[in-house]
Amino acid sequence: MDQLVSWQAVFEQARRDFPSIVPEVMLAVFGLAILFTDGSLNARQKSWNALTAIFGVAFSATALWLMSGVQASTFDNSILVDPFFIFFGLVFLVLTAVVILLSVRTSETEGERQGLQFALMLFAATGMLFAACGNDLVLLFVALEIMATSFYVLSGFLRDDRRSNEGPLKFAVTGIFSSAILAYGFSILYGLAGSTNLAVIAQKIAERHSQWPADSLAYVAFATIAAGILFKIAAAPFHQWVPDALEGAPAGCAAFASIGSAAAGFAVLLRLLLGVFWPLAAAWVWAIAAVAVLSLTIGTFAAITQSNIKRLLAYSSIAQIGYVLLGLVATVNKDGTVSTRGLRAAGYYLLTYSVFATGAFGIVELLRRKGMAADELDDLHGLVRRSPVAAILMLVFLLSLAGVPLTAGFVAKLMVISALVETQHSPLAIVAVLYMLPAVYFYFRMIAAMWAREPGDAMNPAIAWTQELALGAMAATTLAAGIFPEQFVRFAQSSVLRPFLH
Amino acid sequence: MIFSSGEILTTILLTPLVGAAVLLILPSVRADLHLRVANGFAALDLLASLTLLWRFHAAGDAPRFQFGSDHSWIPSLGVRFTLGLDGISLVMVMLTTVLGAIAIASTLRSIRQRGSHYYALMLLLQTGLLGIFLSLDLVLFYVFWELTLVAMYFLIAIWGGERRSYTAFKFLLYTLAGSVVMLLAILAIGHARDTFDVREILAHPIAQWHLEKWLFWGFFFAFAIVVPMFPFHTWMPEVQGEAPAAVSAILAALLLNAGVYGFLRFSVPMLPDAAHKYRSFMIVLSLIAIVYGALTSLMQKETKRLMAYSSFSQMGFCTLGIFSLTPLGLEGGVIEQISCGISMAALFLLAGIVYERRHTTTISELGGLASAMPKFAAIYIVMTLAALGMPLLCGFTGEFTVLRGVVAIHWGWAACALIGVVLAAASLLWLYQRVMFGSASDTTESESGGAVDLNRFELACLIPLVLLAFWIGLYPRPLFRVLDAPVKRIVEAVNPAYSREAAGESLTLRALAAPPPTSMPPSGAPAPPAGAK
Repeated sequence: MDQLVSWQAVFEQARRDFPSIVPEVMLAVFGLAILFTDGSLNARQKSWNALTAIFGVAFSATALWLMSGVQASTFDNSILVDPFFIFFGLVFLVLTAVVILLSVRTSETEGERQGLQFALMLFAATGMLFAACGNDLVLLFVALEIMATSFYVLSGFLRDDRRSNEGPLKFAVTGIFSSAILAYGFSILYGLAGSTNLAVIAQKIAERHSQWPADSLAYVAFATIAAGILFKIAAAPFHQWVPDALEGAPAGCAAFASIGSAAAGFAVLLRLLLGVFWPLAAAWVWAIAAVAVLSLTIGTFAAITQSNIKRLLAYSSIAQIGYVLLGLVATVNKDGTVSTRGLRAAGYYLLTYSVFATGAFGIVELLRRKGMAADELDDLHGLVRRSPVAAILMLVFLLSLAGVPLTAGFVAKLMVISALVETQHSPLAIVAVLYMLPAVYFYFRMIAAMWAREPGDAMNPAIAWTQELALGAMAATTLAAGIFPEQFVRFAQSSVLRPFLH
Repeated sequence: MIFSSGEILTTILLTPLVGAAVLLILPSVRADLHLRVANGFAALDLLASLTLLWRFHAAGDAPRFQFGSDHSWIPSLGVRFTLGLDGISLVMVMLTTVLGAIAIASTLRSIRQRGSHYYALMLLLQTGLLGIFLSLDLVLFYVFWELTLVAMYFLIAIWGGERRSYTAFKFLLYTLAGSVVMLLAILAIGHARDTFDVREILAHPIAQWHLEKWLFWGFFFAFAIVVPMFPFHTWMPEVQGEAPAAVSAILAALLLNAGVYGFLRFSVPMLPDAAHKYRSFMIVLSLIAIVYGALTSLMQKETKRLMAYSSFSQMGFCTLGIFSLTPLGLEGGVIEQISCGISMAALFLLAGIVYERRHTTTISELGGLASAMPKFAAIYIVMTLAALGMPLLCGFTGEFTVLRGVVAIHWGWAACALIGVVLAAASLLWLYQRVMFGSASDTTESESGGAVDLNRFELACLIPLVLLAFWIGLYPRPLFRVLDAPVKRIVEAVNPAYSREAAGESLTLRALAAPPPTSMPPSGAPAPPAGAK
């Protein structure tokens, strides 16, 4: 009898709480639909898959949008619907939509199984959304794994390309290893608190910390969890998978795997550091600062020597992540309170970075010809003659990556550095400023190749209208967020900030 | 009241930008159309800026910044879109619009490929430079500063000479290295004062010494690299050797001035204690630039490189005058900026004209141009004399006023600078002699005869510069009048002891020192009652 009642209660709760996970369910349903219908489509109908995927993302985004302003926790407190979730959810969905649009032509020219590709993208997005709203260790772990597994497959999608087999294998092996470390850290947290719920754990950690400030278990938990998540974020020294995995993948998938993974990882990191590990803030600030500086250093100096565009962008993305992490460092004031400026800077950086970095990867994808990736620096030569549209779009993305004014990248760097100055992390501010210079060098190498070199015998890139639409929208956003940043700043501020004002 | 008179500055600032956007939209096949559109927008900008001349109030009791326009831009970061104009920026803006229009017009034939991009970048460059001179918000200033450098990079990298790619990179990395440090200084000011508003900070300069000294060096690197001051000058001759003629002209005449303007607007009046404390150091660097630049220019084998070193030497005069921290020195520094802008722009354009006809800038391959190109030779000698400080021409007014300002501190410094004047004169005159009279070592008579004299169009570009050079040499009074008030304010902030001491004396000094032959007029403005005593 008891059993029956509790089942009823569970159903009742599921019925009541279901609306809070509609965005994720939408993505999963559409992903499955693609898998099931793909087999019955003939070659000419294959592009319907992309359409289905776009619809899935659109429905999911609509559901998410309808939730804006809601503050609720459902499913026994394991899911949190708050502005933070809406913000990151929208970033993920926009990223997914853009990547789908960019990938339409690639899968056509390469003749790979499109259906699977788009389904995996939707599954990855499902995992990312759950990672942003998860308030429970198990849910977070599963969400991150759904995302990561999709990325392992996506990055090895071009089975005929040798590079597309080596990189993903490295990615998967090290990825699974890092997940194991993450699981280990989660288990320590569970052991400490006797619960998998983040709110309970946060309370327990705070209690233990006030009793024994030198509680080594909490630090071990922090270290292992940070290692696991920093791997997803691709921060140094957990970055080795990035260049290899990205080099072999089609650029759209590469962008998704690096930027999507970083954004989702960052959402989890924010929730954990500013929630569960907040009592340890004085310690983790230094750890994150060290990782940020290391990422900047390794990413920058490795990018200088690259001659492959994708590898260059991959290493430079490690450096860019360093800036986001510096924003995270600047969330902690000297007196141990949360700095709104730092959080807002990290949020704005992540929001705009995911736009213009994806754009840059998208342009590389345009250069692809049948069976050939065309992703060497030489392939950019004289692009302005061969395709002025592509050259101008790429110019916008690269200027933004380099942090030149009137683009979003400049405002993002400005916000991070000024947040560092405000929170009196002067040495870090100096480091952040100085690393802008080598970045200018390697991004302008690409710009010089496109604009100041004569075209060789390379073909003119063909741009599909879906790619034109996606890239044009991203370039417009990059410029808009650089020239009129106020709305974007406010969006980041209102969404990212609210849950963390202790 | 005057401060809110419309959006004239925004119009002047954005006209070239609109022109650049129009050029990018136009179909790329109509080369002649691009040319007309670009010239049209540059002329429009010049006309708009001319209206400033009779609406500007130069009197000492007029507001410090006029034609102000103040809009909210990024409120959550405290950054505003604030423009304003004082006497110093007025002359800089006028110089920019005049030289910008001339430089764009002068590239009628030399740019044969991708004209639309070229003109769009030239117009963008002009907006950047105008923005530097007009911004009254530190972050806005930085935005235009970088915009200028990036536009310049593209102009060199795409349309430069053989080694354009390398030199353009060198230019960009050098100048940006300074600017990123400046960005840090700007953010530190914003943190310390909770505002980026230049007016606010000028009204209450930074007075915490531990902060001030760092800020001074932060700005110093950005400006000293662009000016260029002594140890940071190595990029310039190389870049000037490679850049196309019109870009060289803009670089020598306006970009370098933007660096000097930075000292004048930010370093000196915002950080008065630091400026005062490091004065001797800056003066020594300036003197090294004057003498060393002139000496090196003697040894150059290429016209454009020689001119580059010569302008390096003249920029030394500008910084020398400014860091003398005396009213005469500052006024002279600004006038030297203008004079250097006019003469160097003309000389680089002339070098470009020679290059178009003879396809070389190596001095030994040129020669005997005077007989073949008499009009060219005439303008060339006027501009050479203007550059080396011949009385009756603009260079003299500038250098002489600077020297008078410096003598007031110590005669030894002025003496050192005089050595530089002599050397610079030798170098430029020797260049003239070799290019105009000597015979080229490896050219035949027919080749040198093949050099056609200036056509009507080229004359139309150069004559205004000649007229300006004579005007500043003969009748600089309006310039002094415009510069008087802002310069007084700066000296009062940075060198209060001097300005008090010399309140009575300076007038007599001026009247005495004004030499009759050049009819150097005393400042026309009635001496305002120095401050509110």
